[in-house]
Amino acid sequence: MEGCGEMTPTARFLEVKDVRKAYGAIKAVDGVSFAVGPGEIVGVIGPNGSGKTTLFNSILGQIKPSSGNVDFCGEEITGMSPLQLSRRGVGRTFQTLQVFGKLSVRDNLIVAAQEFQGTMPARLLAPPDAGLGQHADEMIEFFGLRHVAQLPAGSLSYGQQKLIDIAMAFMPKPRLVLLDEPCAGVNPSLVDQLRALLIDLNKAQGGSFVVIEHNMDFIMKLCPHVICMVEGKVLAEGPPETVQANRQVLEAYLGN
Amino acid sequence: MNRTRTFGLVAALIAFAVLPNFLKSYGVYLMTLFCVYLMAIFGLNLTVGYAGQMSLGQAAFLGIGAYQAAIFLKLGWPIFIVLPVAGIVCFIVGLILGFPALRVQHHYLAFATLGFNILVYLVMRNEEKVTGGTFGIPGIPRPSLFGYSLDGALPFFYFTFLSVVVLALFLWWLLRSPWGRAFAALRDNPMRATSLGINITAYTLLAFAIGAACAGVGGVYYAALVQFIEPAPFHFSASLTMLLAVIVGGSGRFFGPVLGTIIVVLLPEWLRFMQNWYLAVFGFAVVALMIWLPGGLLSIPERLRWKGAAK
Repeated sequence: MEGCGEMTPTARFLEVKDVRKAYGAIKAVDGVSFAVGPGEIVGVIGPNGSGKTTLFNSILGQIKPSSGNVDFCGEEITGMSPLQLSRRGVGRTFQTLQVFGKLSVRDNLIVAAQEFQGTMPARLLAPPDAGLGQHADEMIEFFGLRHVAQLPAGSLSYGQQKLIDIAMAFMPKPRLVLLDEPCAGVNPSLVDQLRALLIDLNKAQGGSFVVIEHNMDFIMKLCPHVICMVEGKVLAEGPPETVQANRQVLEAYLGN
Repeated sequence: MNRTRTFGLVAALIAFAVLPNFLKSYGVYLMTLFCVYLMAIFGLNLTVGYAGQMSLGQAAFLGIGAYQAAIFLKLGWPIFIVLPVAGIVCFIVGLILGFPALRVQHHYLAFATLGFNILVYLVMRNEEKVTGGTFGIPGIPRPSLFGYSLDGALPFFYFTFLSVVVLALFLWWLLRSPWGRAFAALRDNPMRATSLGINITAYTLLAFAIGAACAGVGGVYYAALVQFIEPAPFHFSASLTMLLAVIVGGSGRFFGPVLGTIIVVLLPEWLRFMQNWYLAVFGFAVVALMIWLPGGLLSIPERLRWKGAAK
């Protein structure tokens, strides 16, 4: 799915406006604004504790921002629950592995998309694979997981579970996906593979991505637009080369 | 399911169906009781094993079903009305009991459901006008089926046996549907589930409601089997026993309840020859199982396969 459909041709896709989140005196997110266009891939970088994940959680309804707005396709989504957001085509991955450990890899992928098919009573009467078997198999092939498709997801290696985790987020063909450190704990050869997969998915499904990542090589090659956060604020924004060369970013995050 | 398994299952069902013909009436009674508890424990396995919602209140639903059946069967209602009424009432009460589960989990939820069980028990014991209090309700008639009386031990056994098979087929179908997968997702990772559009509120409530309905239906058979009910069998300790059956058999495994129910309903009877020792032996057996087989009896084949693969 690409963009917001025909309903709101003029509306911005994702617009984060002056979002703040404070825990007592600590300002985890301190007035962050940015926009993401349809089909765009935006990277978010910054040192640990700079508020990236808090920003994600504020956008995604996991926590309520202290102030500020988040609009998606012209609709205000601030404070909506993760369930409501998923219904609007907003998906995510988490910083840590979040798979359904006892379900098979194939079932993990099917369950990731089945709730978007028909109504709840209809799903009770639907065939066991909810009509998603073929799509799941394609995804399994795409992510190179065929040899483990029938095994419980929890029994696989970290890297394999990471791939399942990401594949699940893409199963419902979301319009916007927020990926929180997709490369964390993933070996270097898999990082390149992951980047290629994400670029292919972006072309195939047309969704927009926002990616938090510490792997600079990955983010610089994947994202045409990068935001650098430091201490809850946006320090620099722009094409990766510009952000990378920014003196403040070098001092606060990238070093020499 | 592969061929060997299907064959094994059919053989077991036939053996189970034939066996009562060679037993005395107490044996037939025990086998019927086994079927009754199996209904409730199948339901509890859905709530606890598949959907991951801790429940220590299953005996309350068995009781609610049994008391309703006692009252309505004595009024002469046909079994085909009493059964759905018990199922629906327990479904609704189960739905209500599901609400605490939306707020608390694990042992907190265990205590919330346990409190519910105590409450129901107190109502059964104290509301004498309806429930007969500690004296209970005697003289519950056995139902008849299309004019065919189920008075005898064997006809009632076959009626109960057939019913538990039908219930199992229904649950098998339910758990293989997308709902079953959503229940498992709720159990394994509710946070991820909700970010994937899975309405965990609805599935949590349904997990309790469906599990409760199974126990409610089982309660009807219980009342008709023993023909006299009082509060004691629906005490929360019975809920503990049922939870034990789920865990010993293999929580979240479809046939786990069958083995678990054999252990908690039939094994104590078989151990009776040990007289005063039987409870101690039973206790030790359970402790040993929990230590060496935390996945339940049905995890044995899997373990053997892993061992084989490791060599």
